[in-house]
Amino acid sequence: MSVAIVPTGTANIASVTAAFTRAGVTTSIVEEVTEVAAASRVVVPGVGSFGSATESLDTAGFRQPLVERISDGRPTLLICVGMQLLAAGSEESPGARGLGIFADQLGQFSTELPVPQLGWNQVVPSENSRFVTPGWAYFANSFRLDTAPAGWLGASAEYGGSFVAAIEKGDMLACQFHPELSGRWGAALLERWLLATEEANP
Amino acid sequence: MTSVRVIPCLDIRDGRVVKGVQFQQLRDAGDPVEASAAYEEQGGDEIVLLDVSATPEGRSHAVDTVRKVRAELPIPLTVGGGVRSVSDAERLLEAGADKVGVNTAAVDRPQLVTELAERFGAQCTVVSVDAAQNGEGWEVVVASGQVRTGLDVVGWSRQVVELGAGEILLTSWDRDGTGDGYDLPLVEAVAGSVSVPVIASGGASQPGHLVDAIGAGSTAVLVASMLHDGEFTVGQLKWALADEGVGVRP
Repeated sequence: MSVAIVPTGTANIASVTAAFTRAGVTTSIVEEVTEVAAASRVVVPGVGSFGSATESLDTAGFRQPLVERISDGRPTLLICVGMQLLAAGSEESPGARGLGIFADQLGQFSTELPVPQLGWNQVVPSENSRFVTPGWAYFANSFRLDTAPAGWLGASAEYGGSFVAAIEKGDMLACQFHPELSGRWGAALLERWLLATEEANP
Repeated sequence: MTSVRVIPCLDIRDGRVVKGVQFQQLRDAGDPVEASAAYEEQGGDEIVLLDVSATPEGRSHAVDTVRKVRAELPIPLTVGGGVRSVSDAERLLEAGADKVGVNTAAVDRPQLVTELAERFGAQCTVVSVDAAQNGEGWEVVVASGQVRTGLDVVGWSRQVVELGAGEILLTSWDRDGTGDGYDLPLVEAVAGSVSVPVIASGGASQPGHLVDAIGAGSTAVLVASMLHDGEFTVGQLKWALADEGVGVRP
């Protein structure tokens, strides 16, 4: 089994790679634009700002093949800013254009609690989720979706109000939290996604 | 609502844990990979590695240590000590750190905090603030406490948040190693003045000390010798917090 990781900036690729290696999966870093379409499973991690991530996708030419891959519903896992990229835009980087898979916009947490949210929070899945189970996940974010976009199944968590912890649609899973940093619960989540997408892509 | 974090801290030098970690189940208590894994197993919410080596050779060992710890560790890893530039931070992040802590270099050149935040994001940029009591308030100290900077701790903390820091690791230089508990007025003063999470550090020796630090406004507590001495496990500390009504991850 293998996953291809789309680089969206430097940091955290090592953590994502290590998590898949522990799961017994071969990882590669996408270099050529054609690999985005060719790979059986693609992972889009994300750190830093919304704007810097969209910029690096555009510079590398990954925008169009990613939009096509996601529109076709092919096995794709998006993490943190990776998930946020699916939106049209974010309050974090006004003017930066997301992939626009849905029209929703991300907003900053509106709370007296410390921002960024850094730490473990309880995830409540949708009862029809194929991947997400109730449990504790590690989050590191200042911006969030407050409701799941139309056509996607949402899991939620609370931080001065409800926000979207993860969304899924078919073989696509997008997590606001970091499954690669969420201990055993996160590792089990990655394994469920890998197994579920194995049938379609042996 | 996020739970309070209990964060074991390991001082490393030349690829080894210094100050000794006394775990009965470990073959080798000085191995950072085994020690991190043991604390994760006990319920540690994050691990902090502090590189205390002072030489260039030591620094390259630290990158290697981060790589090895990362390969095994499925929870967040913060690395600090000796980070002086964006490229120092990048080396640690590429080796597998999730967050990078800066201290002395930020005091020397505050713009470094902004550079790190712009490059890697605020959630990745931790500023370590070492505080020593000074009359009514606290003064920032650097270079392992050897240099007093004259900077006011609360003012400096506010400044680094404005510059882009996403988290403050606040160590009381007066309490560190004493076992007298965290400096609660210090925690209260800083946590009450900044919008980002504050990790309390320095002085904990009893579970009650952790409860007090949370009460003073920190959202995370750093623990070292009380774990390393084998006196408490992370699990026991979390039970003690939970008993006092503090939300922890089970």
